Amino acid sequence: MAGCKPQAEPAGAGKKVKISIDPVSRIEGHLKAEVTVKGGVVVDARVSGGMYRGFEQILTGRDPRDATQITQRICGVCPTAHATASALALDDAFGVELTDNGRIARNLILGANFLQSHILHFYHLAALDYVNGPETAPFIPRYKNNDVRVPKEINDVAVGQYLEALEMRKILHEMVALLGGKMPHVAGIVVGGATEIPTREALDAYLVRFKRVKEFILNKYVPLVYLLAGPYGDLLKQGVGHKNLVSWGVFPLDNKGNTLLKPGVYTDGKDYKVDPAMIKEHVKYSWFKDSTTGLNPTVGKTLPDPTKAGAYSFIKAPRYNGKPHEAGPLARMWATNPALSKKGQDTLGVKNFRDIGDAGFSTLGRHVARAEETALVAMAVEEWIAQAQPGKETFVPTPIPKNAEGLGMTEAPRGALLHYVDIKDSVISNYQITSATIWNANPRDDQGIRGPIEEALVGVTVPDVENPVNVGRLIRSYDP
Amino acid sequence: MKDEQQLPEAQQKKKGVSRRNFLKTVTGTVAGIGISQVINPALIQALEKGLKRHPVLWIQGQGCTGCSVSLLNSVSPPIADVLLKVISLQFNPTVMASEGEIAMENLYAIAEEYKGRFSLVVEGAIPTAADGKYCIVGEMNHKEISMVDIMKEMGPMAGSVLAVGTCAAYGGIPAAKGNVTGATGVMDFFKANGIKTPVVNIPGCPPHPDWIVGSIVHLLEKGIPELDDDGRPLIFFGENIHDNCPRLPLYDEGEMSATLSDPKGCRMDLGCKGPDTYADCYKRKWNSGLNWCVDNSVCIGCVEPGFPDGSSPFYEPA
Repeated sequence: MAGCKPQAEPAGAGKKVKISIDPVSRIEGHLKAEVTVKGGVVVDARVSGGMYRGFEQILTGRDPRDATQITQRICGVCPTAHATASALALDDAFGVELTDNGRIARNLILGANFLQSHILHFYHLAALDYVNGPETAPFIPRYKNNDVRVPKEINDVAVGQYLEALEMRKILHEMVALLGGKMPHVAGIVVGGATEIPTREALDAYLVRFKRVKEFILNKYVPLVYLLAGPYGDLLKQGVGHKNLVSWGVFPLDNKGNTLLKPGVYTDGKDYKVDPAMIKEHVKYSWFKDSTTGLNPTVGKTLPDPTKAGAYSFIKAPRYNGKPHEAGPLARMWATNPALSKKGQDTLGVKNFRDIGDAGFSTLGRHVARAEETALVAMAVEEWIAQAQPGKETFVPTPIPKNAEGLGMTEAPRGALLHYVDIKDSVISNYQITSATIWNANPRDDQGIRGPIEEALVGVTVPDVENPVNVGRLIRSYDP
Repeated sequence: MKDEQQLPEAQQKKKGVSRRNFLKTVTGTVAGIGISQVINPALIQALEKGLKRHPVLWIQGQGCTGCSVSLLNSVSPPIADVLLKVISLQFNPTVMASEGEIAMENLYAIAEEYKGRFSLVVEGAIPTAADGKYCIVGEMNHKEISMVDIMKEMGPMAGSVLAVGTCAAYGGIPAAKGNVTGATGVMDFFKANGIKTPVVNIPGCPPHPDWIVGSIVHLLEKGIPELDDDGRPLIFFGENIHDNCPRLPLYDEGEMSATLSDPKGCRMDLGCKGPDTYADCYKRKWNSGLNWCVDNSVCIGCVEPGFPDGSSPFYEPA
């Protein structure tokens, strides 16, 4: 049985073979990848987003506060990030400043889900690219020749951790729910702060769960990621991409704009400050009206055109300063450049994240960035638990403004997230969302330049076109 | 694909959780919440003799994966037991190892092999506009297969359909006012296409994992549970939230919450939709029973057919 039926026989090394993978599984949403392989290497790629719901249209005319609930339903893996982006946009529009305890409560809700999302991603979405699950559904069928290179002992350890990680991510959702009400889709993040004032009891319940998770992150997750660098060392050299990065920053440490994970733009080897005016969304190759191309989200329009000739994706192509940029843990860790975990320093022999250099821009490098970020966020969560004040106000009630606009820029676990709201006559007149996967999985822009994942696929090795394992590995390294 | 034979009884016991213990957790939970009828003694005996895992094909349309993620939060039984001992999850884009054509071929092969017996789980709405182009599920033989195509093909083949989540049950957020995709829920889609397969709606945005697992177990052991007029199992959706709310005495005394962060009082003045909502959240609570929307802020009526339009604006009294 062919894994993905090639459109031409894999004959001589000079012949091009087209492979289509649809669905790309173990992601959030609907994605298709088409790659052209020549001589065992990808020479061209197209990535298509195959689903559209139209949140922008659905939000129009509603009470602005409803956006924080509705936009969470964009993503069941990272609803807390959409809640945060939406609440930040509304905080901006309503002109409200949070209490310290409100800011910390939001960090504890979002932080627990960051850890949840990264653990879920590595173990339950990505790990089956590197180890074999038990010989039963949903772990079979799989590629016949799936290039699993770990010895049986390590494979068994990883499968054991896969099961343990199911428990860990469930515990992390419990932590989210302690302050957020329930998860997925929290009730507790709103414009003006957070709805549940933490009690001593709730904080203790949060802490006792956190301690178990921290152990798991430091002693199992991080070491296992570094362990893969041995047998899969070549994956630290492929999946490079454009090498441009965007991070909007996340986890406010005060009301002055300082964040745990820093904002920053990295373009053609140089660092820049974030300027939202530099974002333009192209739609030449997306199923949206051509008349809406090149707009900044603050004047953005989302008008689908599902039969448009030449288009191949429901994902727009955002560009920063005219160029494709990748978002995610790699971008955030590059902007922040923290000291690596002890395990990371010992394994790599370097101190800070940027010392990793080019190896960061790779299939496995993105997993290293995500694991290191998980350890970093865990340390910060521990501090926020100590800073949270039982019984102190978390919410500032504020009336809906008649006319106002607001911008919310934060980070989802999978990358930069922007919400923009325009309020007229106290209802939403325009709402625009530019999410992480829009940055990473977008198609060609108006100049015909490939999107970040498309570009990173070029150069990926596919020695066996019937089993194009490295294609899925690269795509999943972005956590789309 | 002959999956049931690959986890013989002897192998399962080694794994730590015996079938007997698993049953204790299932019966323990359901008994604790007053639905002990879900599992009867005859069933327990049958399971102990070695029940074959039930083939489940889980299709995703216009959704957010939140229902799949919520299922992962199952406590009794834990999700690992659900996956390894109760169901044989042959297709679910979020967790399955396979991708592309291998996954699609398996989907069709299992549907053929277990025709009339497998359960089709639908997560997300079905976009009927633009020839189904608003949601492509996969590709076979270089042909794109839309959510509409797959529902038309798989719907009549399934023994039963579980519409998991408010999107699959009633259209939910993708079908809200302003949508251009013709999003629809499973029952309406079946009606429009003359498909007669029985459907159980398990709404919620997302549904509680107990509602999903409990409905599956009921379906396997006792058949289709008793449903209300909106196609929901009465065992989970038979009670009004406000009428059973632990804060009801406060409402009766006129003690109303002043703001969203006021820990005390009834939430009705803040927009709580508990009075119009039927679900057992008030006693089951969420995420291992730790919290729920009304204690945290307000109920937004996410299990109701009119969600979100029927309960929006969420923070204004109905």
